[in-house]
Amino acid sequence: MAEMQTAPPGAGAPQRLLNWVDNRFPLSKLYNEHLGQYYAPKNFNIFYVFGALSMLVLVMQILTGIFLTMNYKPDAARAFESVEYIMRDVPWGWLVRYMHSTGASAFFIVVYLHMFRGLIYGSYRKPRELIWLFGCGIFLCLMAEAFMGYLLPWGQMSYWGAQVIVNLFSAVPFVGPDLALLIRGDYVVGDATLNRFFSFHVIAVPLVLLGLVAAHIIALHEVGSNNPDGVEIKATKGADGHPLDGIPFHPFYTVHDIFAASVFLFIFSAVIFFAPEGGGYFLEFNNFIEANPLKTPAHIAPVWYFTPYYSMLRATTDLMVNVLAGLLALGAVLAILRGGFGAMAKVGVAIAALVAVFLLKTFDAKFWGVVVMGGAVMILFVLPWLDRSPVKSIRYRPDWHKYVYGAFVAFFIVLGYLGSQPPSAAGNWVSQAGTLVYFGFFLLMPWWSRMGTFKPVPSRVTFQGH
Amino acid sequence: MKTLLLRLLVALGLALPFVASHANEGGYPWDSFPKEKMTDHAALQNGARIFVNYCLNCHSASYMRYNRMHDIGLTDDEIKKNLLFAGEKVGDTMKVTLDPKQAKAWLGVAPPDLSVIARSRAEIGKGSGADYLYTLWRTFYRDDTKPTGWNNLAYPGIAMPHALWQLQGERRAKFVEVKNPHEQGKTEERFAGFEQITPGTLSDLQYDEAIGDLVAYLQWMGEPAQGTRVRIGVGVLVFLGLLVLLTWRLNKSYWRNVH
Repeated sequence: MAEMQTAPPGAGAPQRLLNWVDNRFPLSKLYNEHLGQYYAPKNFNIFYVFGALSMLVLVMQILTGIFLTMNYKPDAARAFESVEYIMRDVPWGWLVRYMHSTGASAFFIVVYLHMFRGLIYGSYRKPRELIWLFGCGIFLCLMAEAFMGYLLPWGQMSYWGAQVIVNLFSAVPFVGPDLALLIRGDYVVGDATLNRFFSFHVIAVPLVLLGLVAAHIIALHEVGSNNPDGVEIKATKGADGHPLDGIPFHPFYTVHDIFAASVFLFIFSAVIFFAPEGGGYFLEFNNFIEANPLKTPAHIAPVWYFTPYYSMLRATTDLMVNVLAGLLALGAVLAILRGGFGAMAKVGVAIAALVAVFLLKTFDAKFWGVVVMGGAVMILFVLPWLDRSPVKSIRYRPDWHKYVYGAFVAFFIVLGYLGSQPPSAAGNWVSQAGTLVYFGFFLLMPWWSRMGTFKPVPSRVTFQGH
Repeated sequence: MKTLLLRLLVALGLALPFVASHANEGGYPWDSFPKEKMTDHAALQNGARIFVNYCLNCHSASYMRYNRMHDIGLTDDEIKKNLLFAGEKVGDTMKVTLDPKQAKAWLGVAPPDLSVIARSRAEIGKGSGADYLYTLWRTFYRDDTKPTGWNNLAYPGIAMPHALWQLQGERRAKFVEVKNPHEQGKTEERFAGFEQITPGTLSDLQYDEAIGDLVAYLQWMGEPAQGTRVRIGVGVLVFLGLLVLLTWRLNKSYWRNVH
């Protein structure tokens, strides 16, 4: 137990108050460890603002959510009406609603850019694997939160989107129908579903989200940030014990993030005040029709931030399953011939491959579509162990690696676009190609990330004075 | 970089032709709603008048409160004298007493609530909901093969009769058979103009203006806060623009000391 400190003689009231608090709560210690004496690399670029912006959007969503909950009615007969009540009769209700709906899309834009930064600079590499794992957990929670929140306005797209996605869970073998029943609370999406989604969206998932965000930041502060050069700044310390390439987070990055936040708020406000529907992508037109269980919309598509994964789901046809089986068999053959395994392991690989191909052919392509869609998100968790590149940052990788990342991003965007469109013959082919590129990027990474001539990584960061 | 762009173009190029062909299947192209009516109180008030007199009998607008029309320049007295016919109070919402079950029996489908109709009918690539409604109300024509005797170019097979036929009069639509561009050897019908059977009380131009007013009102009713939203938005962006400028210079001044 720490000893009580006394304030220095002649100290003013504020300092004595701080001393009183510090004797009972580690306020100054926390401030120093996480802000005043927390050293971050000085060479952060624009990609490094998106973490702080994610936190800003999270706070905004929580605050606007609190106010929306004051007037929203989570009852299938009254939900749609209560949203319109908020838009019309609650003073400034329209503004709170638009902030929340635009905030949801903004959250995904910011989080995707934040993840992209991690991808290109190797921020998930040792010793930051746990930060990345917590981050993937946050991403999963975010998707669940957005999916459940989207049901709440009880529009046509809300209802039917939920109906389609929850039905996917019924494709899980053996437990599927019961699982879907548990999620829905009934045999079809209805009032029971709305009530439990409301509970999860308002309290359950936000609590988990906040816990994960705290863990994410604590893990980050334990090891310190990566930077665009992938250089460990703690390796070169000055006489005062601080990294030579580091600067205290406060005031340099607090003021930097305030600038970034004001630019973000400018763009955010431009959308809220001048185009809150986001061209039909942030507030879908069909969602202004109250949910009608008897009338299926002509075209059901998830909200834009889920469309890449939806594309992959749709791309998994019977033909695609055959292709996957073929690739699996090929992989097994290569592993046996070139893997350098012992005899027992080779037999094990062969058996595993046979079982996998058998399962692929036994279960419906619909189930494998769900597996592919889920797998596309879950594969992010193992990224730190797939990347075998000798350098962390894309800056020091062979030039052609940049094209690989470029292709990955391009196909992700194309998959997203195709997911928002009705299915078509050409779209199907491109989606299937895109799915293979997406999974190939990750699953083949242990090999391609080691190939090529890497550039020498400097011992100090590259920094141009501002 | 070039390879990346090439890849992106190829990928998009594969998808685009099929998207384009879908656009042709989209049906009757929509006209542009005259947006300047949205800031014209006289037009909005006329639209309210038409809405209450012709639409509110079958359709409800149950999220719209009568007294919100203060925002388009009407006083409580004006609302009471001109727009309240069935003992409603000025603070009530625009509900109607038509039983949805009976409406379904009489018309085939219950007339939808129109509170947010202008927001719900927009389509990406085709136009705004106001464009759709502006087109819908100017493309009714007589069709004896339909139970109501009316059909519509923008919404073929519509269950609603031409509620404004007295204003526009009765028209017939002319169709010509042309070669089907998508299927060899088949023909399709293409619209080739209207012909007036009996005149209405309004001329063509007056009717178009009236529909413009009605649709402006429906657009406004879908989001009564839209005017305020845009007005406040300008102020917000000016303020934030200044904030961006100041925080940019503040950031620069701190970072000048970092080497």
